[in-house]
Amino acid sequence: MQKQATFNSRWLPWLLIAPQMIVVLVFFYWPAGQAVLQSFLLQDAFGLSTTFVWFENYKELFADPDYFATIVRTFAFAFAIALSSLSLSLLLAVMADKPLRGSAIYRTLLIWPYAVAPPVAGVLWVFMLNPSLGVLAHGLRAMGVDWNPLLDGNQAAALIILASAWKQISYNFLFFLAGLQSIPRSVHEAAAIDGARPMRRFWTVTFPLLTPTIFFLIVVNIVYAFFDTFGVIDTMTRGGPAKATETLVYKVYVDGLLGGNLGGSAAQSVILMGLVIVLTAIQFRFVERKVTY
Amino acid sequence: MVEREGIRRYVAHVILWVGIAVVAFPVYLAFVASTQDNAVIANGQMSLLPGSHFLETYYRTIFVGTSGTTREPVGMMLFNSLIMAMSIALGKIFISILSAYAIVFFRFPFRMTVFWIIFITLMLPVEVRIYPTYKIAADLNLLDSYSGLALPLIASATATLLFRQFFMTVPDELLEASRIDGAGPFRFFKDTLLPLSRTNMAALFVILFIYGWNQYLWPLLITTRDDMQTIQVGIRKMIVTSDALTEWPIVMATAILAMLPPVFVVIVMQKLFVRGLVETEK
Repeated sequence: MQKQATFNSRWLPWLLIAPQMIVVLVFFYWPAGQAVLQSFLLQDAFGLSTTFVWFENYKELFADPDYFATIVRTFAFAFAIALSSLSLSLLLAVMADKPLRGSAIYRTLLIWPYAVAPPVAGVLWVFMLNPSLGVLAHGLRAMGVDWNPLLDGNQAAALIILASAWKQISYNFLFFLAGLQSIPRSVHEAAAIDGARPMRRFWTVTFPLLTPTIFFLIVVNIVYAFFDTFGVIDTMTRGGPAKATETLVYKVYVDGLLGGNLGGSAAQSVILMGLVIVLTAIQFRFVERKVTY
Repeated sequence: MVEREGIRRYVAHVILWVGIAVVAFPVYLAFVASTQDNAVIANGQMSLLPGSHFLETYYRTIFVGTSGTTREPVGMMLFNSLIMAMSIALGKIFISILSAYAIVFFRFPFRMTVFWIIFITLMLPVEVRIYPTYKIAADLNLLDSYSGLALPLIASATATLLFRQFFMTVPDELLEASRIDGAGPFRFFKDTLLPLSRTNMAALFVILFIYGWNQYLWPLLITTRDDMQTIQVGIRKMIVTSDALTEWPIVMATAILAMLPPVFVVIVMQKLFVRGLVETEK
């Protein structure tokens, strides 16, 4: 954990650590602590007095069918985004892993969307699928789809999932490709000599060896769908229509804007914190495995 | 057998090009839209080939802005985003390399406590503590300021962990050798450690720059003045709910301009980018 050779100084290490400590304490621990504390408090309507109410705010939150629906919706979004983005990028990565001419160019052309910000991704897709002037919306209409995401909640959800999955393809592609390239050629050759056909080879040899990467990416994609889709949602649907695209993070934002229930809002934040901690813990477990394997 | 291999390669090329087309199409369309006339787009008569309004649209976007919705030229937003992204990237690298240096190369009481205090911040993105952080920023008078935009986003441990990991691999002999040469902690840091960390710093810079440039929720809350908004926030304000008022060519030009710096960084510094991405995720 520590090096054998070190410097000795009483004050210098503290001086070196001070900038980060100050930033972390002021902008991380203080607000996080505030959120936890506030989630146990109840403020009266005028903000004049507060009482300590233990888990009252949490109980109220979970009794609210609206909040429960938001949890279910958020997980559904995460599942849809992860599944669509992962499968498409796995296909592309498997193709790009073949010894092809120009494979470096393919890689470059597939990774740049990583740099596109979520709100920009939202703007691009909302433009293409805008019911009155979007190019793809015209196509859908021509195919007989009654396309109107401004009114239809399911269509709005599809919009969010599409834009979010699109933006995540490059990230997944990059990690899949790295995972594929770390599988030794000899493994493929051995399977080929045994007479396994390419499709079979993929499912029985490549895919199992990729599972650590897949698990890692599933967690990363879920975290992405939870938090980074905020920009997509805010530019595309603003949570609507009728909350059909409101995720947990978006709800925290909207409820906070409306003001009022400070305790409930804080409780929402704390639940989110708990979720991230669980996801991070899972991720660490799988990353550990990735390293040993 | 050989023939089949040929066909398979052909299929792979086709799938990859289709993938690239899917990935690039929205951006191509945005570019095309940014070169056409708003009235044509609003009618749904948009052509799929570039139009003739390129210079006009981009000039207006950068120096004038939309007529109604944002009241601020996009040039200003680009400038704000640049300041924010640079402060986040450089600030984080600066505070992290110092604290990692202290944690790895010094022995002092509560060293591990300090490490854990920093380590825990890895877990919580700013989104989950957004309003309390906002309140603190407001109390500290940081609304509508560049420090307010950057500081809360610097408060995380990724860079510290990366530098720590790297410093652990620096052989002890290096430190002993520079000690024999009479170098103190400052000289060792400046002459030995910094030059060794150059690639790591560059890779981290690429990732953090993109991260900072693409921030959205925090800038949305902390900026109220039009001249402080970043490009990500500005672009959303350009979209008006009633389609007729949205100036699509300008919106699309802004989207292209918002993508340009980070995409440029990814393509030009691809090696550093990939390295940074893989390292920070470990």
